[in-house]
Amino acid sequence: MNQNIWILMSADAIAIATTLIFAALGALFTERSGVLNLGIEGILLTSAISSFLAADASGSVWFGLIVGSVIGAVMASIHAVLSVVFRANQIVAGLALVIFGTGLANFLGKPAEGKTITTVIKPLSFGPLSDIPVIGPIVFGQDIITYLAIALAIVASRYLFNTRPGLELRATGDDPATVDAQGLSVARIRIRYTMVGGALVGLGGSWLMLAQSAGWHQAATTNGLGWIALALVVFAGWRPMRIIFGAVLFGFTLQLPFTLQAEQITFIPSAFLEMLPYLATLIALIALSRPGSRNSLGAPRALGTPFVRDER
Amino acid sequence: MSSTSHEVARGPHHNSGAASTALSAHSIDKKFPGVLANDSVDFDVRAGEVHTLLGENGAGKSTLAAVLCGLYQPDAGYLMRNGKRINLSSPRAGLQHGIAMVHQHFRLVERFSVSENVILGSRDLPFKLNRRDINEKVASVAESYGLPIDPNATVGDLSVGQRQRVEIVKALYQGAEILLLDEPTAVLVPSEVEKLFENVHAMTAAGKSIVFISHKLGEVVEISDRVTVLRNGRVTGHVSGRGTTDTKELARLMVGRDIELNAQRATHATGHEILQIRNLSLSVENVAVLSDISFNVHAGEMVGIAGVAGNGQRELADTIAGLISPTSGSVSISGAMTTDCGPIQAREVGLAYVPEDRLGMGLVPSMTILDNLLLTRDRKVVVDRVSVRPEATRLIEQFEIKANGPDHLARKLSGGNAQKVLLARELSGGRSATKLLVVCSPTRGLDVGAIETVRRLLNDARRAGQAILLISEDLDEVLSLSDRVFVLYRGAVVLETPGESAQLSQVGAAMAGLANEGRS
Repeated sequence: MNQNIWILMSADAIAIATTLIFAALGALFTERSGVLNLGIEGILLTSAISSFLAADASGSVWFGLIVGSVIGAVMASIHAVLSVVFRANQIVAGLALVIFGTGLANFLGKPAEGKTITTVIKPLSFGPLSDIPVIGPIVFGQDIITYLAIALAIVASRYLFNTRPGLELRATGDDPATVDAQGLSVARIRIRYTMVGGALVGLGGSWLMLAQSAGWHQAATTNGLGWIALALVVFAGWRPMRIIFGAVLFGFTLQLPFTLQAEQITFIPSAFLEMLPYLATLIALIALSRPGSRNSLGAPRALGTPFVRDER
Repeated sequence: MSSTSHEVARGPHHNSGAASTALSAHSIDKKFPGVLANDSVDFDVRAGEVHTLLGENGAGKSTLAAVLCGLYQPDAGYLMRNGKRINLSSPRAGLQHGIAMVHQHFRLVERFSVSENVILGSRDLPFKLNRRDINEKVASVAESYGLPIDPNATVGDLSVGQRQRVEIVKALYQGAEILLLDEPTAVLVPSEVEKLFENVHAMTAAGKSIVFISHKLGEVVEISDRVTVLRNGRVTGHVSGRGTTDTKELARLMVGRDIELNAQRATHATGHEILQIRNLSLSVENVAVLSDISFNVHAGEMVGIAGVAGNGQRELADTIAGLISPTSGSVSISGAMTTDCGPIQAREVGLAYVPEDRLGMGLVPSMTILDNLLLTRDRKVVVDRVSVRPEATRLIEQFEIKANGPDHLARKLSGGNAQKVLLARELSGGRSATKLLVVCSPTRGLDVGAIETVRRLLNDARRAGQAILLISEDLDEVLSLSDRVFVLYRGAVVLETPGESAQLSQVGAAMAGLANEGRS
């Protein structure tokens, strides 16, 4: 067995996991405020191409990352306005955002087709640590954004469960009427976290573009990672720490078919393995879209429900 | 009439000397489209007293309370706090002046712990929360007013009475000096009401002011130092002095005419068995919801089911109505077995059902009164509105429904009128004459006038020989109307007693689950 292939696979799996952590954390913050944003895939694509164009024009990947995050927040603000201000059906609004985001990204991406970016985000070097066999390249061979993703998940968990704004965020997703009665603005909180969520998704999309694919391949750039991120939030029970493990698991599952093909292991058809993450995602999304099953999964009680103050 | 002109010699019971006015409202006007909810209302509450706002639903007491706590801004008039004029732009501003409202519908996050709920919304909290400090602080606030509560308990696991305590602790934690309690006893069992009143005394003893909002005369007389009665948005009277108040006089001030306070039992020789329930059991997801229930209801008899909400009442009603199939046991209505037959079969043999959820299960809110009446009439393919219209008009008159006619939308009816439409439909018979009427919480949320009408209609139906099963959380209602009373606790009948000679304490204990276990 070729050890290098497996190391490469692990590194790739963690790379996918990084995008997934950002996207899933973004979805988690959005959903914890009670807004269901199914448009993650659309946001990922738009911010990916925006970051590519920005990095290409400025020559700075960091500028690209910032532009990608901002575009993510702007895209999410469309969903926030539709679902919070106009109280639209959030499932419909989210799906519309996917279609809009995909179309916009393809349009913006026309000039980028076939181009590659010269400056990409480089892995950090931990000196001798990176040279440890097997573990070195996997644990110490990542770039700073990957470490940032893991740190962010930890911070998110502390924020959610041990701070005052975190308490208010969770309350807004569970019982907005109570938050409203305390004189806090449900709309403001929901719009804020939908946009923060969008920025995180945007960061994930930009990083995927600038550190990983390094070229625009239309919808294949993200390859459904936005949908998987949504499913990941469900499987993680809306808890940030579990997202790290879930993201790594999904990362490996997505990489496994290629590795098995390379190793010529054929007792399981690779098409079947490729299908698995998407099958899991499909099931999770169906569950997420039904109010009944949503509750039994431990979703925020008011997820997907527009808040209307009951007038007496 | 200004409330200050009506000074009483006797001060609040525990407080010697002149208590200062903590909060006062002067000539408050509040308009809503089409209604003047508050018309030049004066009100004041002193430190350390309980001042009750008494009135029917729609009398304007909730509006006044909303103005007092900053939820609504008055169109005219002003508020004074400790002698200074204040302007409350929001409930938060009210809180800053030490005024807090405990809503009838609790504002609590069920998944949060008690202390998380208590601190939610407090602005002076640090960014980072230290759970132990917060728990200690919440517990100490709770204990100092005799409101023991576990700060770590999840609110979703608490009883209604405990949740109310959490709400009160929350208000106190936020520094409330004046607490507005909006119909606080509406959701409590008798023993919890007693506990609440103890807490109220502990709070007034500590110098807090309580504005108590209610339409239940008995408890108002018991708890209040002073009473202000509202009707149609105006103050119709002030009464002072605990225990010295005449309930009849209060009722007259409230309704504007003499009313019969205690619904009279329509004594009637009972006929043959209409409803027979045999060993009825129901399990939902392996949890026993109903266990081994057997009883009969005779023609011309009213049988009451008492119990705290969630002890199987709704499931019992739905099972009789054919909406749920029992796990075992049988239901028969006037001799016909209706177990597992579905609601249409049950209605065919004479069932009428008034569910608890009027606008959800009972009526279709977006349809007219006429169409709602049609729902239980014929089941032809083409709807025949023309022939039912005269009957609808007649029913609206007969049941004193305040509506513009048969084409009035159900959702635009007040609670009392919606209930009357529902009763009109169920009592007037559908495809077959009504023999058995199952009614759930028929007067919940209705004002005194409507309650009187609904109870009279039920008594009329009984006199007409219908068998009635009355399921209600209003213990007074069950005891005063029913010939026989069953108490449900955790899905089982734990007490059977004649309605007439029932003892409140015995029924209350059974409702709290103390019937079988004895006193320990």
